[in-house]
Amino acid sequence: MSDTPYTIVIGLEVHVQLATQSKLFCGCSTQFGAGPNTQTCPICTGMPGTLPVMNRRAFELSLRTAVALNCQIAPFTKWDRKQYYYPDLPKGYQISQYDLPFSSDGYVEIADAKGRFKPKRVGIIRAHLEEDAGKSMHDEKAGQADSRIDLNRAGTPLLEIVSQPDMRSPAEAKAFLEELKLLLTYLGVSDCNMQEGSLRVDANVNLHLTDERGEKIATPIVEIKNMNSFRAVERALTYESARQYDVWQETRQKLGDVPKQTRGWDDTANVTHGQRHKEESSDYRYFPDPDLVPVTVAAEEVERVRAELGELPAQMRERLEKTYGINAYDSDVLVNQGRELVSYFVDVADTCGDGKVASNWVQQDVLRLLKELGTDIEAFPVRPWALADLLKKVKAGEVDTTRGREVFALMVSAGKSLEEAMQELGIEKVDESALVELCKQLIAANPKLVADVKAGKMQAAGAFVGQAKKANPNVNPARVREICLELIAAM
Amino acid sequence: MSLIEKSAKQLLADLSARSVSAVEVTEAYLTEIASHDAKVGAFLRVDAEGALAKARDIDQRRALNQPVGHLAGIPVAVKDILCSRGEVVTCASRILEHFAAPYDSTVVAKLKAADAVLIGRTNLDEFAMGGSTENSAFHVTHNPWDLSCFAGGSSGGSAASVAARMAPLAIGTDTGGSIRQPAGLCGITGLKPTYGHVSRYGVVAFASSLDQVGPMARTAEDAALLLETIAGHDPLDSTSVHSPVPPYSEWIEQPLEGLTIGLVREHFGPGLDEEVNAAVRDAIRIYESLGAKVKEVSLPHSKYAVATYYIIAPSEASSNLARYDGAHYGYRTDERDMLAELDAQRKALEAAGDKKAAAQLDTALVRMYRRSRSEGFGAEVKRRIMLGTYALSAGYYDAYYLKALKVRRLIRQDFDKAFEDVDLIAGPATAAPGYKIGERADDPLAMYLLDLYTVSANLAGIGGIVFPCGFSQAGLPIGLQLQAPPFEEDRLLRAAHMFQRATDWHTRRPALT
Repeated sequence: MSDTPYTIVIGLEVHVQLATQSKLFCGCSTQFGAGPNTQTCPICTGMPGTLPVMNRRAFELSLRTAVALNCQIAPFTKWDRKQYYYPDLPKGYQISQYDLPFSSDGYVEIADAKGRFKPKRVGIIRAHLEEDAGKSMHDEKAGQADSRIDLNRAGTPLLEIVSQPDMRSPAEAKAFLEELKLLLTYLGVSDCNMQEGSLRVDANVNLHLTDERGEKIATPIVEIKNMNSFRAVERALTYESARQYDVWQETRQKLGDVPKQTRGWDDTANVTHGQRHKEESSDYRYFPDPDLVPVTVAAEEVERVRAELGELPAQMRERLEKTYGINAYDSDVLVNQGRELVSYFVDVADTCGDGKVASNWVQQDVLRLLKELGTDIEAFPVRPWALADLLKKVKAGEVDTTRGREVFALMVSAGKSLEEAMQELGIEKVDESALVELCKQLIAANPKLVADVKAGKMQAAGAFVGQAKKANPNVNPARVREICLELIAAM
Repeated sequence: MSLIEKSAKQLLADLSARSVSAVEVTEAYLTEIASHDAKVGAFLRVDAEGALAKARDIDQRRALNQPVGHLAGIPVAVKDILCSRGEVVTCASRILEHFAAPYDSTVVAKLKAADAVLIGRTNLDEFAMGGSTENSAFHVTHNPWDLSCFAGGSSGGSAASVAARMAPLAIGTDTGGSIRQPAGLCGITGLKPTYGHVSRYGVVAFASSLDQVGPMARTAEDAALLLETIAGHDPLDSTSVHSPVPPYSEWIEQPLEGLTIGLVREHFGPGLDEEVNAAVRDAIRIYESLGAKVKEVSLPHSKYAVATYYIIAPSEASSNLARYDGAHYGYRTDERDMLAELDAQRKALEAAGDKKAAAQLDTALVRMYRRSRSEGFGAEVKRRIMLGTYALSAGYYDAYYLKALKVRRLIRQDFDKAFEDVDLIAGPATAAPGYKIGERADDPLAMYLLDLYTVSANLAGIGGIVFPCGFSQAGLPIGLQLQAPPFEEDRLLRAAHMFQRATDWHTRRPALT
């Protein structure tokens, strides 16, 4: 399958900022972009004597995500302290989950509509909840550098999702992230804004290859950080796998020969660069946080969450393909646009009775117009049943596709109803007898074309259609062609 | 009877009858502080102005027949480890010497709401680590009964303030016996409530799973009054329990009937001072004369309690104290000095050609942490941070911390089993009646044994009360400890009150001149 002499092995760690109004252990706002340290309180700044109290909402959102990721939900889960010193970590420890995460052993199914890889399951090792740290801002002027700390972000709830190293190409990694992001969006648990840090991705990557003696070996694992878009992830992985192969050829270093390395992705230079060798593994001295009571999750609660999940992207694609007879590529395009667009499509398809036509129009025309208008489907001026009425007319041959587009454009731009738009464009149905009369005239006026058709040059019939449309823009081109061919055959 | 001889309960009655004003009460106590605290050293700071302002406000409201709180006009001394908005809270540490808390602890908020007169902040062992109040960064608290002895700790300041009549009520915290042990050594009544009964919000954490705030007073009645003011569920503390707060002070008059008291076999072993042993046994006889039955019980794992405590408490402390790093608040080392020192070290190493050592020098940030903490913390705090860091480190966690948690569960099970047979467990509060200041200062392990009789209650999370049951030949108080099942503070207070109605040890007063 691969044209490289190695297999890339990729595992991803995704930090998702949950869409809560307030922080994980206090009531401070999590709104992005406020002035430094304006969204802080004695609890999230780690003042002496303060105690954390868990935000139930954050836990519910995490639970919803974990269930959607097909995870096992632990009936008993506790909080641990991960200790390290850093100025943006006000308590000197981060409240996280260590050996008993609230969820584990899930999976996400990924597929590629373009067929670059076979559909597969990517395992989820665990998903756990933790608090974010603050932000350090370092003055770049060397020597007289001031470091400033903004603790607005400290205590923001993060869901850390750790995948199995199941991905075998940068494309698979990108597909995993896209599917995950789509899932999170469908669940409404995060705004997934990578620019604002709502979604942060680290990748662990190494290569599996066979050496000259036929021995299977693995290269040392490298963790790549600071990738700010899915495209960057894909490019970083592509770069890194080639780099690791070069390093392997040069040094023959195998997994275990050198400590795990952290490399940063430089998006402009298009390279990864070494950040630091961890001299020894950090000792975080995890232990259960004595300030927080363990959380118990009843089986009924998990069932309730499962029941309230609603239809998720994978199921939705399947339903669209089955119910509306559209192909995998089309269902993928529709579902990737989000729940609202899908429901628009479903309304159009149900009302006009043709899933394929509805899918074509929604994908081509609606999406193009949305982009031009810079709006979303909820604000789109043409409601689904109005589009469906237009499509019915197109199907019935009352309006041809090109004229239909003009009608639709007018409905969108001027807010006209279907009838108004058709009237304005002077579209009316051409009577069958008038159509036959017109065809007879055209045949009489074009003996050369008739001869060509008779000689088997069927494309010559197209010229009749063109002339007919010039004579009357409302004619149905397919019908004109049919009638002309019939008349010529009968000559 | 002079004002300072009256109990808080009597004072409240006089205040509401307006036979005395809150200002008079406050002034009486401020006078005692002015006369004795230079010798005793119970307080770190006395807020005479604030206290008098509060007292005047209460008198005014009483005069206008406006509603007043549960403790209106009663002075309360607060251990300097509970946050009070806008006030310095030092924890008797240099590292927080100038730190003003930006918020009220729940207990302080409740005291303010009850219109207590917060008279001053009492001394303690630094961050409540110690059993003598010798580990305060500021000064030692002396035992009012013998100024050459320590007051006990870590709530030594609170205990001494009540014993010396410098406050009728005080707030202490108890992590391994820090309320009960100084109460015993100073001859007052101190209660450590069940874990989770009083909010820890705003109490600077030492060991979160063991810390508990509690009342210190001269009588069980007064302790009841204070406990009912500060106890109860707090949504700001997730370990705080939804348990009703009975009107302890109202119920205290009802004696306990058909009481069975357990004596712990392991409590009366070698190491127990003969005078303490005799006083405790006399106290048991008094209970018997009041109708109680006595039964021997066993707490087989109690011999591991001190060792277990000295794994768990330092482990939690090492984590809780990580935030004192000079970065956000509290003491920070002199940065210029620190940078100059680093620079000089680097230059010296480079000149000597030792590039490797130069490369391994601290970053400025690490050096800032190192120096701030090294200058800000005292020896005992450092010792415990080291112990805890070691016990939690990879490779030792299972052998120490995890093992200690398992033993802790066994200790709790011992109590559960014992309480199947008895209502209360009675025994000594301390092994001896008083210790000389400096006597064991160089022997930390000997100091750790001071809490021998009290630590297991913290590990088990149960409540305990200590009150005087006699005096040594040298004139030092001897304390009796009663322990009860979780949330049976009512039982502890009523049993202590029964004793105090039958005896007068609790009415004795140290002769400070």
